Amino acid sequence: MITTPTSAEKKVVGRSIVWLMLSPVIKIWPELAAIVAAFLVGAIILVVTGHQIGETFAYLFRGAFGSRLAIGFTLTRTVPLIFTGLAFSIAFKCGLFNIGAEGQLQVGAFAAAWVGFALPPLPPLIHISLALLAAAIAGGLWVLVPALLKAKRGVHEVVTTMMLAHVGILLTRYLVFGPFKAPGWIPHTPRIAASAELARIMPPTQLSTGIFIALACALILYWFLWKTSIGYGIRAAGLNPHAAETGGVSVTRSIVVALVISGALAGLGGAGEILGVFRRFVEGFSPGWGWDGIAVGLLGRLHPVGVILSAFLFGALRTGGMAVARATPVPLDIVVVLQAMVILFIAAPKLMKILKRRGEKE
Amino acid sequence: MIDIWNIVDIALFAAMLRMATPLVLAAIGGVFTERAGVINIGLEGMMMLGAFWGVATSHWTGSPWLGMIVGMIVGGLAALVHAFLSIKYNANQIVSALGINILALGLTPYLSAMIWGSRGASAAVTGLPRWEIPLIRDIPVLSEFLGPHSPTVFLMVIIVIAAHLILFKTRWGLHIRATGEFTKAAATAGVNIQRTRYICVVISGVLAGLAGVHLALGHLAMFSWGMTGGRGFIALAVMIFGNWRPYRAIAAGLLFGFVDALQIRLQGIGVPVQFPQMLPYLITIAVLAGVMGRARPPSDIGKPYD
Amino acid sequence: MTEDKRAPTVEMVEITKRFPGVLANDRVNFSVTQGEIHGLLGENGAGKSVLMSILYGLYRPDSGQIYLHGAPVQINNPAKAIGLKIGMVHQHFMLIPNMTVAENVVLGFEPPGLVLRSRDISSRVAQFAAAAKIKIDPNAMIEALPLGTRQRVEILKILYRQADVLILDEPTSVLTPQGIDDLFTSLRALRDQGKTIIFIAHKLKEILSICDRATVLRRGKTIGTVEISRTDENELTEMMIGSKMVPTRRAKKASNGKLILQGEEITAINDRGVVALTGASFQLHAGEILGIAGIEGNGQTELVEVLTGLRRPTSGKIMLNGVDLAGISPKAALDHGVRHIPEDRHQRGIVLDFSVMENLILGDHEQPLFKGFLSQLKYRFIRRFVDQRIDEFQIQTPNRETVTRSLSGGNQQRVVVARIFNRELTLVIAAQPTRGLDVKAAEYVRRKLIELSDQGVAVLLVSADLDEVMALSDRIIVIFNGKLTATSDRPTRRELGLLMLGETKDRS
Repeated sequence: MITTPTSAEKKVVGRSIVWLMLSPVIKIWPELAAIVAAFLVGAIILVVTGHQIGETFAYLFRGAFGSRLAIGFTLTRTVPLIFTGLAFSIAFKCGLFNIGAEGQLQVGAFAAAWVGFALPPLPPLIHISLALLAAAIAGGLWVLVPALLKAKRGVHEVVTTMMLAHVGILLTRYLVFGPFKAPGWIPHTPRIAASAELARIMPPTQLSTGIFIALACALILYWFLWKTSIGYGIRAAGLNPHAAETGGVSVTRSIVVALVISGALAGLGGAGEILGVFRRFVEGFSPGWGWDGIAVGLLGRLHPVGVILSAFLFGALRTGGMAVARATPVPLDIVVVLQAMVILFIAAPKLMKILKRRGEKE
Repeated sequence: MIDIWNIVDIALFAAMLRMATPLVLAAIGGVFTERAGVINIGLEGMMMLGAFWGVATSHWTGSPWLGMIVGMIVGGLAALVHAFLSIKYNANQIVSALGINILALGLTPYLSAMIWGSRGASAAVTGLPRWEIPLIRDIPVLSEFLGPHSPTVFLMVIIVIAAHLILFKTRWGLHIRATGEFTKAAATAGVNIQRTRYICVVISGVLAGLAGVHLALGHLAMFSWGMTGGRGFIALAVMIFGNWRPYRAIAAGLLFGFVDALQIRLQGIGVPVQFPQMLPYLITIAVLAGVMGRARPPSDIGKPYD
Repeated sequence: MTEDKRAPTVEMVEITKRFPGVLANDRVNFSVTQGEIHGLLGENGAGKSVLMSILYGLYRPDSGQIYLHGAPVQINNPAKAIGLKIGMVHQHFMLIPNMTVAENVVLGFEPPGLVLRSRDISSRVAQFAAAAKIKIDPNAMIEALPLGTRQRVEILKILYRQADVLILDEPTSVLTPQGIDDLFTSLRALRDQGKTIIFIAHKLKEILSICDRATVLRRGKTIGTVEISRTDENELTEMMIGSKMVPTRRAKKASNGKLILQGEEITAINDRGVVALTGASFQLHAGEILGIAGIEGNGQTELVEVLTGLRRPTSGKIMLNGVDLAGISPKAALDHGVRHIPEDRHQRGIVLDFSVMENLILGDHEQPLFKGFLSQLKYRFIRRFVDQRIDEFQIQTPNRETVTRSLSGGNQQRVVVARIFNRELTLVIAAQPTRGLDVKAAEYVRRKLIELSDQGVAVLLVSADLDEVMALSDRIIVIFNGKLTATSDRPTRRELGLLMLGETKDRS
């Protein structure tokens, strides 16, 4: 029996085509809404403090994307954020909060620097690999105690990773002010050997081949989490430890593996900065990449592709913010405020769901 | 050779008391929220906001006392955001508190640049006065230890005692402890879980704000970027080391305050300061690991309840 | 006064409460009058606790009305119930372990005034306890008290709240026989003071010895209310268990298959540290379905967990084809061919936020079948495999990538069942496999279990549904209080029912 579609049916078909076209937007609607809401709050703060919204946001955009140079700077800042965003994400995929990435990043950075300046010049590939390896091991070890305490004794990893982060920061500060300080006023170590340097790919910006390492890590992490049985176990343990256990997944092993990889990624993030950008361990080289990784991971929905995108966004914010600070009286810190607002808006799933429902009605 | 008595003298203990004050105040705040079952790692940010607004208020009005009150109110408001997101909207308690921390980290230098033209430091403002206790003014050693101090130091002692009394000697304290320990049991006994949690989170913000005010108006009479220096996190360490009890928290706070005061002295004679600075963090991990004593957090901590 | 007496103290009319996939209360009617001990009887899952949670304001009914002394009331939360002088002793005690007896008793109902003097409240509580003839040390910490004493604290707590209606949810489950006698003495005393007591239980003897009247629920429905003086065990058993349509008859087989599983004196403790399984011994042969009948909470969960590697037995042996499985990991159990349909689908069965595909390989994801070089999952094969499974097991899902949470309970269970067939298996532990399923889905699961046993797999069926156990099993063992009791070759429903209720065999 053949019937002609009724008008109601046509309407449904028409609507579903619209939905299909909108679906990628709708899928990331909560994140988009959070970003938009954050910018709205930022705009309000700008207005209240007597600044031009249009001008500020224009400088922000131009500073981040306006020229080849701007994009180079943005990408430079994207690199460490990809690492720390991935670090936060893999731990969270296993249901764990590694909020101590900053400490793991610092010890990783120092380990890479040490391999860079303490070893004699080696073939570049070997030297760089050794430095990266040292950074990953240092970062991984730095989270091992919290991982074991969580797995064996159920000690909440939030407190332990955070406390150890501060210890890591202090330890590297001691090392760079003390035994490994290069002569001179500035607290930094000797320069790493040329053979340990990651090549700059977009001079005069400091963007280095580190970006390829970051992208490769994202790719490998995606493969690991979604394509291997170990990653499968980690995700199962994160979503439902009881069912995972029943399905033969060792939840304790998953916890340790996820946290150690998380720490290793943060450590690599530190190495990328040292080998690619600073070429030596400099006190205060990190403006808090480790802490920012939390926001990057959350906004990126803990997915490597999302992390890359949100790292780019936060990198752009920081770069644009610097342009804003140079060109206008608006301080750089407005971007930190924007970042905080993004976190607060995506923090409450129920709140965003309400916004989402309203959004879908329209 | 270093003469140990050049380092360890009565002024050091007075400094200990000053250094311990913000740690203990914020830790008491932590005791309140965690006893009610809400984690608050946003103490650092609330402290920073309290410090900033305290200085700004003193800058505008010339009254450090008003600054103190505003600092406490702003800390409380920041905590209210955390409470609102985590209690009403079931936000992850860690994430929403982190948001507060980052907000403070961005907002305070931003506004500092607006007000004083420098994101690094404020102008000098009128700080809180220094008080002495009249009766012991003439007792040699004791007077040096106990004064002159900022009123916040004395307030801290009063707050610790009050917190102990509230938590363990009032009906409302019973409600708080029951809520954090076994939320469902408290609810079936008729305790209003939401209200208890809201109030406790706000109290933690107010106390963290006061801690910030102590740093900014009681100590330096100015605001500088990042002046809280992770004390909000050490306060969590104090809370844990103090086993979520006010009196033990003051003991832990004095210990860490002593370390803080000592490292400034040691800095003066060229000893690396980082190791004593690590101590609070390492002690906390040791305590949590059960290597040193045993810390037992409230059982139902971090669990949303509707 | 006489007016009050005639209107029931509590009357619950046409109460309906639905949970996802379960109709817990289906137009239930229930009423009690002042000064009686009223039993609320039924198997686990009959809806007793839900009904009483509604009365105590923990759940809201979907429809129906509650009357108190004839007046309609709305009970939205426990505080409201307390205000209406209703008190409840929960099966899992609502006591704060690191507080004293006195603090727990007065919590939420403290003497007026800001200051709470611990000496003051303990003397108050001591006085009150003395008046209520309850022996207790008000300064003792709850965590230091045995379970029986904690129950006294709970009762004291609701009396302190001036409750007129006392609900006790399975109060005897934590008591020794001596403790039960003490409890009954105090309950009678309370009744004589004019209190109304609702006594939830599944033990017939207790209902018969303490209650004045009893209401029986079965599968969420009221079966009836009887005067205890005019009834007997037979009638109550019949009301509780009923006679239902038998789901799937099968030809019973003689158990002449190879011995697959032999439990030898298995003992285990539960999460609360109480012995839950005492010297359980049994045998299970290839191609046999062994039914474990019993009211829930008698050690079934622990038995299943011990057999699947989720719980380490304190002693005993679990011989599977000559290998001792006691204390091995869940993964090792899986590798030995032990498959599991967990009793709690959402907690242990599936990862709700995984896709159907991901759930269909859970437990086998480390198998060479699915796992290749570098632990990589062979998705190309898995996708084909999973599509086939979805077809074969008629799992109603838009596609394999659909989040399992969005499937109906029946289809979620099909995922769990389909998984069993992923690889070679020798033994299936099916725990409450049809709970919460509609008739069609339940029937499907049962057919699959039969299919498995026809293929020579040994099946251990643990179910609180007596009809199911009787219809499917070749042999039946009854579990009561952590002990296993073998039954006769073809046990009658009555024989099983009484064993399940803790009666000894020779009494029936």
